[in-house]
Amino acid sequence: MPSELIHKYMRIDHLPHIWCPGCGNGIIMRDVAVALEELIDDPEVNVSREKTVIVSGIGCSSRAAGYMDFNSIHTTHGRAIAFATGIKFAHPELEVIVLTGDGDCSAIGGNHLIHAARRNIGLTVITFNNDIYGMTGGQYSPTTPTGDRATTAPYGNYDRPFDIAQLAAGAGASFTARGSAYHTRETTELIKQGILHKGFSLIDVFSVCPTYYGRKNHKGGAVEMLQWQRDNMVPASRYYAMSEEKRREKILVGILTHNEYPEYTQEYAKLLEKVQTGK
Amino acid sequence: MQGNEACVEGAIAAGMRFYAGYPITPSTEIAEQCALRLPQVGGRFIQMEDELASMAAVLGASATGVKAMTATSGPGFSLKQENIGYGCLAEIPCVVVDVQRSGPSTGLPTSPSQGDYMQARWGTHGDHPVIALSPSSVQETYRLIIRAFNLSEKYRTPVIFLMDEIVGHMREGVTLPRPDELIINKRHISYHDGANKQCYAVPEGKFVPAMKAFGQGERYNITGLAHDVSGFPTNNNAVAGALYTRLMEKIGRNLDDIVRVEEYMMDDADTAVVCFGGTARAVMSAVEQARAEGMKVGMFRPITVWPFPEAQLRARLPGLKRVLMVEHNYGQMLLEVQRVAAERLPVGFLGRIDGTVIPPADILNKLREMEGRENAQ
Repeated sequence: MPSELIHKYMRIDHLPHIWCPGCGNGIIMRDVAVALEELIDDPEVNVSREKTVIVSGIGCSSRAAGYMDFNSIHTTHGRAIAFATGIKFAHPELEVIVLTGDGDCSAIGGNHLIHAARRNIGLTVITFNNDIYGMTGGQYSPTTPTGDRATTAPYGNYDRPFDIAQLAAGAGASFTARGSAYHTRETTELIKQGILHKGFSLIDVFSVCPTYYGRKNHKGGAVEMLQWQRDNMVPASRYYAMSEEKRREKILVGILTHNEYPEYTQEYAKLLEKVQTGK
Repeated sequence: MQGNEACVEGAIAAGMRFYAGYPITPSTEIAEQCALRLPQVGGRFIQMEDELASMAAVLGASATGVKAMTATSGPGFSLKQENIGYGCLAEIPCVVVDVQRSGPSTGLPTSPSQGDYMQARWGTHGDHPVIALSPSSVQETYRLIIRAFNLSEKYRTPVIFLMDEIVGHMREGVTLPRPDELIINKRHISYHDGANKQCYAVPEGKFVPAMKAFGQGERYNITGLAHDVSGFPTNNNAVAGALYTRLMEKIGRNLDDIVRVEEYMMDDADTAVVCFGGTARAVMSAVEQARAEGMKVGMFRPITVWPFPEAQLRARLPGLKRVLMVEHNYGQMLLEVQRVAAERLPVGFLGRIDGTVIPPADILNKLREMEGRENAQ
């Protein structure tokens, strides 16, 4: 029951949230909460509420950390992954989850994203990717498609956009995936796999921002924007059954890369043992 | 031992077990020594991708209950400022070492300077409390970095350890104290099960909330937004005002505990030479030479450079005829000295910003000149 989930895993004193009507962020936050609930309730895996820390930066996405009833730290703009690296490296037994946005993690925090991916430190980064700076009122972000409009792109955006999941994969992230606000079941499953993955994982979740991105670009309201996700984003089960030509027109909802690389804190544990025993 | 090495050994003695940093001259030996030494004592060293990340990682680590440190120099100190402010507002203890070099910008990377004195106070935006300590010898570096950690834990605030290239790169014999001679403030972590809605409440008779640590059984929130006692953002002006006032007063009302100075030959002095950090070495020599010439000169050296030792200097003013400020900048601590002393006596200044040290002879000449000029009047 959704209301049970809210009472159990949300800080109801701090609700209602600040997000606009129709924002996709609440759906993604729910996916994160459901993923955590299922893992915490699963006796087969070692995920506990007390050992989970949720880290966020600044922006619409990053308010989610404060709404979720876990250990949480709402940091400075762009630095969530760097704070999270300190938390994870100091106490590797903690499950460290970063909730961030497209601007927070791929513009001002881009350096931390690629280096955490390179180290393969066991963080789970979930991007609430809405193609816009929402908190400041609709400026173009590194994921705003070329040609689209924003308050700082009144004649259309002439920048080329990032694909955040591909960026992380290129930097060495061992687990990358894409979800969407529409595909809640698939996205929840991808978040669970990301948390269980031993190494750096990033789930780039497409959100919807009807208030700024949608309105500026005549994408309709929240319903139309979610319908666009339904019609243009395809879960892996169907995606791989399609012809290559068809796939080119669609966006995969599923795992993009999944590799087993040595995890940073585990490698450091080996180094500590080597130094201390002299072997 | 080198000053930068003494900084690391002292920090380890103080219980520092987490270092995140980025290489920058003339502080790099601190990172190198931490990379070597921390694994030996079960600690953690990480070379981050940049200065901002180093500061962020240190705060993250400290939030899990570990004593943490970073080190940098001028340009890197500038980059760290935003997250230093985060540490001030969220009250996360840590020590930030700045081995000052000549600036602005890339400046003279291997040359001595004390140009970050004001940045140590005002570098991050907004009104905030600061504690900054500055050692003048390798021996003092070892003991003073321990004090930096102790103050950081006690007042739940980042402490700036303001070294300079002179002390950082100097090699001197050091007598290491026995561990049982040292006073170390341990991190006391209080926790209870479940959600803590009072994690920033200040216990009766204390000036800071009790420390918490992630993963120890309770759930709470940390934010860089103005917050109430629950640790959650507030837009209530009264609540925000009370928080900012408490942050300022936790330092401002404990100056006796925080502020330390060294006074050398000050008892009968009519002239005080004020200096800090590595500059004190030339000043002491000049003071001795001036004494040999019959001048009544002493040295007044703030060890706690922020808050400035206002009461201690003011107490000395009745016996003084003049004050000379000597520092490796264009006049930064001078402004504090003038604020305290200039209404009552002449305040002279000797500074240098070309990347070379101020020799004792220049200080002696300045002292002669100050005394002579007044005698001629």
